[in-house]
Amino acid sequence: MSPVLQTHGLVRRFGGFVATDHVDLSIAPGARHALIGPNGAGKTTLINLLTGYLEPSEGRVELMGRDVTRMPQYERARLGLVRTFQINQLFMDMTVLESVALAVSERSGLGTRWWRPLSARGEVIDEAAAILERLKLLSDAHATTRNLAYGRQRLIEIALALALRPKVLLLDEPAAGVPTGESQELFETIAQLPRDVTILLIEHDMNLVFRFAERISVLVSGALLLEDAPEVIAHHPRVKEVYLGEAHV
Amino acid sequence: MTTSNPIGTPSHPHPGAAAALDRYRRSARWKPLEYLFWCLPVLAYFAFPGNYLLLSQIAITSLFALSLDLIFGYAGIISLGHAAFFGVGAYTVGLLGSNGYGDPLLGLVLAAAAAAALGFLSSFLLLRGSDLSRLMVTLGVALMLYELANKFTSVTGGVDGMPGVEIKPILGLFDFDMFGRVGYVYSVIVLFVLFWFARRLVHSPFGQSLRGIRMNALRMPALGVPVNRRLVTVYTIGAGYAGVAGALLAQTNAFVSLDVLSFQRSADLLLILILGGAGHLYGGLLGAIVFVIANYLLSDMNPQYWQFWLGLILVLVVLFARGGILGTARLWIESSRQRAQSRARTESPS
Amino acid sequence: MTILFDGIAAGMLLFLISVGLSVTLGLMNFVNLAHGAFAMLGGYACVVLLNDYGVPFLATLPAAILVPALAGIVLERTLYRRLYAASDLDQVLFSIGLVFMSVAAAHYFFGAQQQPLHLPEFLSGQIHLPGVDIGVYRLFLIAAGLAVAVLLQWSVIRTSFGARLRAAVDNQRVARGMGIDVNRVFSLTFALGSALAGLGGALGVEMLGLDPEFPVKYMVYFLIVVSVGGSGNILGSLYAAILLGVADVAGKYYVPQIGAFIIYAVMVATLIFRPHGLFGRPHK
Repeated sequence: MSPVLQTHGLVRRFGGFVATDHVDLSIAPGARHALIGPNGAGKTTLINLLTGYLEPSEGRVELMGRDVTRMPQYERARLGLVRTFQINQLFMDMTVLESVALAVSERSGLGTRWWRPLSARGEVIDEAAAILERLKLLSDAHATTRNLAYGRQRLIEIALALALRPKVLLLDEPAAGVPTGESQELFETIAQLPRDVTILLIEHDMNLVFRFAERISVLVSGALLLEDAPEVIAHHPRVKEVYLGEAHV
Repeated sequence: MTTSNPIGTPSHPHPGAAAALDRYRRSARWKPLEYLFWCLPVLAYFAFPGNYLLLSQIAITSLFALSLDLIFGYAGIISLGHAAFFGVGAYTVGLLGSNGYGDPLLGLVLAAAAAAALGFLSSFLLLRGSDLSRLMVTLGVALMLYELANKFTSVTGGVDGMPGVEIKPILGLFDFDMFGRVGYVYSVIVLFVLFWFARRLVHSPFGQSLRGIRMNALRMPALGVPVNRRLVTVYTIGAGYAGVAGALLAQTNAFVSLDVLSFQRSADLLLILILGGAGHLYGGLLGAIVFVIANYLLSDMNPQYWQFWLGLILVLVVLFARGGILGTARLWIESSRQRAQSRARTESPS
Repeated sequence: MTILFDGIAAGMLLFLISVGLSVTLGLMNFVNLAHGAFAMLGGYACVVLLNDYGVPFLATLPAAILVPALAGIVLERTLYRRLYAASDLDQVLFSIGLVFMSVAAAHYFFGAQQQPLHLPEFLSGQIHLPGVDIGVYRLFLIAAGLAVAVLLQWSVIRTSFGARLRAAVDNQRVARGMGIDVNRVFSLTFALGSALAGLGGALGVEMLGLDPEFPVKYMVYFLIVVSVGGSGNILGSLYAAILLGVADVAGKYYVPQIGAFIIYAVMVATLIFRPHGLFGRPHK
């Protein structure tokens, strides 16, 4: 099976600093793949390169067999490569429903329609409501995003991504800022996504990573150190070294 | 080729949510207050028969403010030079009128086209760089046009105004009279039609995407939105609207002079929109009404006093009433609604 | 050649006035379109003392420096500070409001006419060198401008205040975390910028003129200097100001029909290709 998302020799430099160091990443279709690494390893930079927010200094990115290295971010999103942000990037003065409806409408290709109101389009509203219901956000549908707690806002971040019907979903620390009780629920939702959605997850919470991931890549100083099954990674001495700073014998 | 819907089809939303959803579905419909508002121009026609020229000015300024609201209130593009498009529209009419092509509707269309073309071309200058450089580009373009018009006074008439502008009757039937009656009705009709289009635009998916761009331009490409394309489109439309406003001014007065391109006009427009409240469509109209009437009532005032108070109001609005008239009103309504809701919740445990 | 000197002198004036704007923009990220008003204030302070009280020209300069500085501190503490976190638009609107108010006030107190200024004997006249006539005052302006530039650059690089300033410009949050009293740095910098603007305004009465419309007339010039030179970049402002001064004077001399149009066109062109200025770097 050919990988759904792949990079070849991906490099990104900022002046003299190498943020991404010849990364060859390969994500299989339907994977539950986690990307871990210490702070500053360049995980978010990698996501930015994959989605097209940043341009690589060298190397290639392939999405479902297509070379998307020069493709702008919005086109990749339209192909099904969807991401969430580590820090919420929401529409603070829109209501929850308005935000998700906007995402649904864009995905449906209605973004250039300028005559009929968005709010009059029943299919869009229904789909947005269904997403909100699934994430238990429906009760807050009319709340202005700004007025919600951060944990609730995090769910909106996920809702926006789901509204785009992703084929490949890149989650950048989805549990960050979410109280522990709620993060379990969040992961249940993610875990229940069907297999035709491929998931690449960045997370720091190792419990969640090991419960969810079927494959783990370890990123250190911009380079891929290891990639293997969770049991192998969990006991690998080099991983412990990288995280704890010294080898434990 | 889309994936299956990972969420599934909607089942049964909660009863409370159903009512709220219904409210949203109806949110684009015309509200009673809006009907009331549009009675005002009609009432004014009968109530102030001696002031048609002033009323026309209100309508024209409203349209101008509406054009800025589209690009700024909805798309978030700061412009210090919106008068450029107003002036292009006005001068288009002037040039047509002084060369025998004084048909008003033709003038409107060509003015809109010229202004929109300029808007389209200059929009590409706005896509790169920070807010500051965008501000300066809009300012620079307007200043360039002003200088051009100032230098070619043989054509434009400079500060004294273009000579020999003749406007033909509308549809060959309605001649512009010297009391401005025809001009007023004409301006209001044009304003209403363009307002109606703008209203549909902002409620449409396209309009909502503009709101998204204003609130979080970073998020939008991640939602699959070609942001630059949308900005170019709305800037072109906004420019076209401003051009129509300028054309109306030139047609109702049969006169166009250099001040249609002035920085003062751009700055006053910003003030009007901020005063009324940006991003509500009606804010610009409200601001225009207040501004033009105040200007008229205080016209005996020393122009320096007027400018001082303008400046002071601007400072105070920015510091204390940032949403302008409509924005502040909306905040009050929302906070009193929230207080009523929380009171209801504490009083009736369910 | 004379044109070159005149241009450089004009550039020095623009530099003096604009450098404060550049630093406050780079430091507080505050778009202060009213900056020219402080220059105007300095100009009027000088002129009033000179014409109404017979104070010698050079002796008026301290007043031209202190009065705007004081005004700057007061306004920064009471008004500007509230808007540091506000959007660019709010800051622009606010400063436009201040411009309107200052222009109206100037009209009210001083009338609409150009203020006359008679330079002292030793600063008037020309030096005749083979091939070029150099105005004494122009020379004085160039010298003053260079002196200020060197002093500023030195103090920013060498003094502890300068170090704190650079830290605060680079990364406000970290600077605060390090115990730097960022608020104080802001106030002092604002005052300094206003003081320099006042000096520029006073020195510039002879060359740039002084009337109530000054802040509006020259607003674009200051913005050009700052955006072309890169915000927060002192030397960049100097180069940009000199470029602009020479271009403006030369333009008015050689192609008076088009005059300001070229300046604006060049500004727009520069901003398109180098949105962060010719000399600046992208600011966070």
